Amino acid sequence: MAVRDYLRERFMPHIWCPGCGNGIVMNNLIRAIEELGWNKNDIVMVTGIGCSARISGYLDFHTLHTIHGRALAFATGLKLARPELNVIVPMGDGDATAIGGNHLIHAARRNIDIAAIIMNNQIYGMTGGQYSPLSGYGAKATTAPYGNIDQAFDIVELAKASGATFVARTTTYHVKSMIEIFEKALTHKGFSVVEVLTQCPTYYGRKNKIGDAVDLMNYFKDRTVPIGSKKKEQDPSLIERGVFVDEQKPEYCSEYAKVIERASKG
Amino acid sequence: MKKKKEHRINREWCKGCGICVEFCPKEVLVLDEEGKVKVEHPDECISCGLCEMRCPDIAIELV
Repeated sequence: MAVRDYLRERFMPHIWCPGCGNGIVMNNLIRAIEELGWNKNDIVMVTGIGCSARISGYLDFHTLHTIHGRALAFATGLKLARPELNVIVPMGDGDATAIGGNHLIHAARRNIDIAAIIMNNQIYGMTGGQYSPLSGYGAKATTAPYGNIDQAFDIVELAKASGATFVARTTTYHVKSMIEIFEKALTHKGFSVVEVLTQCPTYYGRKNKIGDAVDLMNYFKDRTVPIGSKKKEQDPSLIERGVFVDEQKPEYCSEYAKVIERASKG
Repeated sequence: MKKKKEHRINREWCKGCGICVEFCPKEVLVLDEEGKVKVEHPDECISCGLCEMRCPDIAIELV
């Protein structure tokens, strides 16, 4: 199928700004699903609130557009009720790590078979460019005109420490590896977290004088390196990308089914 | 060798961000007077597909 066959074309063109990275994530998530050959009816996409959360409206799967930060809670209930479905939860950095921070760490701890895709644009775009937990120290935002004094989370370290069994990072510049990582995350049995460094040219790029979408993508190209790169030893400020964790642990729905079986024997 | 493909541009969806123009390895694409993507040098295209993969608007298709 062509990429546009996965879209609800009546809602296109989408509302995202020119050059918004959310569109690149949507584009390549479709490509990964097409590569896997999954039937649209076997996929459920659950989102919360934010620019990134609009993705569920554009895609022709079963979709749930829920409340801020709670997409993983809805997705957990859905997955337990219908474990045969493939559940994908795209989120923004604020939705995932601030409003929904607890849901993220506990979904990871349970190792429930859900793929969480975190589009990290380091800002709250929809509401006007307030700083998020990923903006980082020194960043400018409409609510931090003199520079942000909050330290940023590291989503990869947070996901690892919380027990996610698949953890990866990629960027909107590195589209080919994005597709490969999405395929691995979607087919992984257990909780997977993929952080995608995603440009917000309207708020983050402009406020921080990095520039437009192209400048931000060049920034991702220049400031990230593959895991284990020699360059990182020389310049520790570079951000690593690739697959950090890929392991097997008992999955929550399978374990829950075993409990039902044990209880049924009475 | 890859089969040569043609760009199918959806002008209704293109928002003219210029990502495809900037990152095309062969400088095949330009933005036209309306700020929409246009195939300027089709003979140079190597059908790598990076333009369609990096398009945030899903406005480019290689067929």
